[in-house]
Amino acid sequence: MSIEKTEVWVTGIGLVSSLGEGPDTHWEQMTSAGAPVPSVDMEDQAPYPVHPIVEIDVGAQIPKRSDQRQMGPWQHLGVYAAGLALDDAGIAGSPELLAATNMIVAAGGGERDLDVDTTIMEKINGIDNPGPILNESLNTELRPTLFLAQLSNLMAGNISIVHGVTDSSRTFMGEESAGMSAVETAVAQIQHGQGEVFLVGGAYIAERADMSMLMEFGHTLWQGEHGSVWAREDTESGMIMGSAGAFLILESREHAEARGVRPYARINKVLSDRSDRQPGSARKVADAMFGQISDQVPAGPLPVLSGCCGVQPQLTEEHDFLKGLSEHGIDPAIRGVTSIFGNTLEAQLPLSVVLASLAISRGAFFTPFDESGAEKEFCGQPDSVLISTWGHWRGESLALVEKPDAPLRGGE
Amino acid sequence: MSHSAKDHKGRPVVVVTGIGIITSVGEGKEENWKNLTTGVSGIRKISRFPTEGLRTQIAGTIDWKGDSRYCAPIHSIGLAKKSAAEAIEQSGIGSPGSFPGPLFVANSPAETNWDQRMVVYGSGTAGGSTGYERLLKNVRDGDFSRYFSLFQFASIAEHLADEFGTKGQPISLTTACASGATSVQLGVEAIRRGDTDAALCVGTDGGICEEMVVRFNLLSALSTQNDDPQGASKPFSKTRDGFVMAEGSATLVLESYESAKARGAKILGVVRGAGERADTFHRTRSTPDGSAIIDTINRSMADAGMTPAEIDCINAHGTSTPENDKMEYLALSVALGDELENTPISSNKSMIGHTLSAAGTIEAAISLLTIQNGVIPPTINCNEQDPNILMDVVPNEKRVKTVNSVMSNSFGFGGQNVCLIFSAEPS
Repeated sequence: MSIEKTEVWVTGIGLVSSLGEGPDTHWEQMTSAGAPVPSVDMEDQAPYPVHPIVEIDVGAQIPKRSDQRQMGPWQHLGVYAAGLALDDAGIAGSPELLAATNMIVAAGGGERDLDVDTTIMEKINGIDNPGPILNESLNTELRPTLFLAQLSNLMAGNISIVHGVTDSSRTFMGEESAGMSAVETAVAQIQHGQGEVFLVGGAYIAERADMSMLMEFGHTLWQGEHGSVWAREDTESGMIMGSAGAFLILESREHAEARGVRPYARINKVLSDRSDRQPGSARKVADAMFGQISDQVPAGPLPVLSGCCGVQPQLTEEHDFLKGLSEHGIDPAIRGVTSIFGNTLEAQLPLSVVLASLAISRGAFFTPFDESGAEKEFCGQPDSVLISTWGHWRGESLALVEKPDAPLRGGE
Repeated sequence: MSHSAKDHKGRPVVVVTGIGIITSVGEGKEENWKNLTTGVSGIRKISRFPTEGLRTQIAGTIDWKGDSRYCAPIHSIGLAKKSAAEAIEQSGIGSPGSFPGPLFVANSPAETNWDQRMVVYGSGTAGGSTGYERLLKNVRDGDFSRYFSLFQFASIAEHLADEFGTKGQPISLTTACASGATSVQLGVEAIRRGDTDAALCVGTDGGICEEMVVRFNLLSALSTQNDDPQGASKPFSKTRDGFVMAEGSATLVLESYESAKARGAKILGVVRGAGERADTFHRTRSTPDGSAIIDTINRSMADAGMTPAEIDCINAHGTSTPENDKMEYLALSVALGDELENTPISSNKSMIGHTLSAAGTIEAAISLLTIQNGVIPPTINCNEQDPNILMDVVPNEKRVKTVNSVMSNSFGFGGQNVCLIFSAEPS
């Protein structure tokens, strides 16, 4: 079809991470003259370091205690970050806009009560015919609110209840892939007139032993001191998990202009695909995706955000792919997002799009954070930011965020 | 391009060229249709795990012969492979192992169950430690790579993408009990955008285990009529007391009308429209005035370009909970007005139970079979209809009737509401 596609603007940001809350504190820390200082907790999930979530004032976004009680920390974080994005875009409090806001949430598993799990495991371990005791224990230990806090789609459900977002509501599951598909689908829907405003994002809390177990089933977690993701190339591989809630308001240009809202940035394209992760297969997919957008990526110095998680052999393969951009006349200034934030799973791509949007709207790029020399300085104002995200198990994506032809947010 | 390749809004018309289904009443379209039109129930006593001490001891489980150890994602993948293989074979699309379009899978989260948790707990020599410290130590020391690929949240869709060779990154989605309908919506939207000529839309749920039963019991959502399993699911009845959990899967092959015609495929029906509206009232209940569901139904008709008079029958969400059936009736009576009197409404869940994440896709499949066969399956166990629900619920006996269009409702926890409309291929 030759129809001109609708332009997709980022008009709202909701961000909470291990570094803090809101764009300003992230910007200050990540552009300071020295290298940013990640927040790392070595104890909570020892022997695995994690980036802990900062404390949030839940009541500021979820005022009713009755609502707060229906959720655990993961849903609190997501609903909170979604509320920040709705506030930031000037949508919160407008029933008309909220009723026309679509939602795609990238969600993982709801939260288990680990104490309950422990009690039950101790009770039934090693006994013959544990079924009846398991039933009795589940009957007495589980609570109704606990189940609702476990349902993946209840983060979206709670966003509707607490904030009043009531157009379409979809929840995508599946680690980094869910975040990629969520942003990709929202962008495609706006570009083709299937909605004008989308709330899209996700949240992850790393301080959860059940999630550490899920990741460690594949022996994918890093043990030991924190360091940049690129420094792990020469040692044993592994990922460090990080906590973040990252939500975006994506809006058609026409809709944003009609209500007088300025953009942080424009999303040109989000591509995703999958490979079987045999040696070289993910690189092949990434190369093919780049081929689809290469004519839109400017030559010369280019800010690149990588969600590279640190698991080999993808770590070296993705790094080689990024270094290989030089064959297209691009001089990539790579930043390993996970070096600062950890792998925030479902929130990973939304987080990178938030960071790219800040870089575009504030006219600078982030300070290198890497002891191995993989990250070059970038001077000047970025017009485009390329985002590469490979999942720790499956899924590869590329996204291109650009400076739109319009007055930007942040300069007011 | 012929005129009928575009709909009333100028979008590509989306058609169905393949249907696959497995439920508690049978495997495949033929067996399902035979049993659904003769009022067979698939609900039975649960035999998968001990049920003593559980308030609910019945379900529509699907157990294979020779099943060794139950594992939720393996079971969901197995069910989905059956329905998807049947749908793809019927459509004749692509080549074996290479489906020419994306995959949208509605499934319950792939959670680690107690069985696997205790395997890990009891492995290794993590003496002294308890709880997750012990689990993690054992995981570090052992080889659990198989669990890794099964319990990632993307695992079910990834395994299906491997099997059927769908294109691009598969989407795993959940909108609770509306999930199956959402998978169809996503396929329709992708084809309408022109992103693809075909999409594989799968709903699958094989998640019945002790903890799921207890969780739904805690919400008082399940029927506890354990003495009469086959009579327990009684949508729209005066004595209904909750839904009955069940397992199953259905798959639709969606294609653009143009591409289906070009390859000479048999068209089984048209996806005329979809509507959606999230509710803000409560995590497990609808806004008392039904406004969100009413809006969902109205939006589906607007999207389809149809009026209430053009809806020949309704495939109800009809869970058999006191709340759902009352609210569904209220919403339909407002959205369809006087036309509701002439519109039969049938609940498949009376026979197959509530397949949760798969229900929307299974009921979409049955809606299409209803159009094809000109027969509306009954709502069984309707011996005493709720006097406050004044609808023609097709009680107990199938109805022979020419059906050109079916509306299929799906409502889920978390305020999720989706309504789909299917119709026969225009002559």
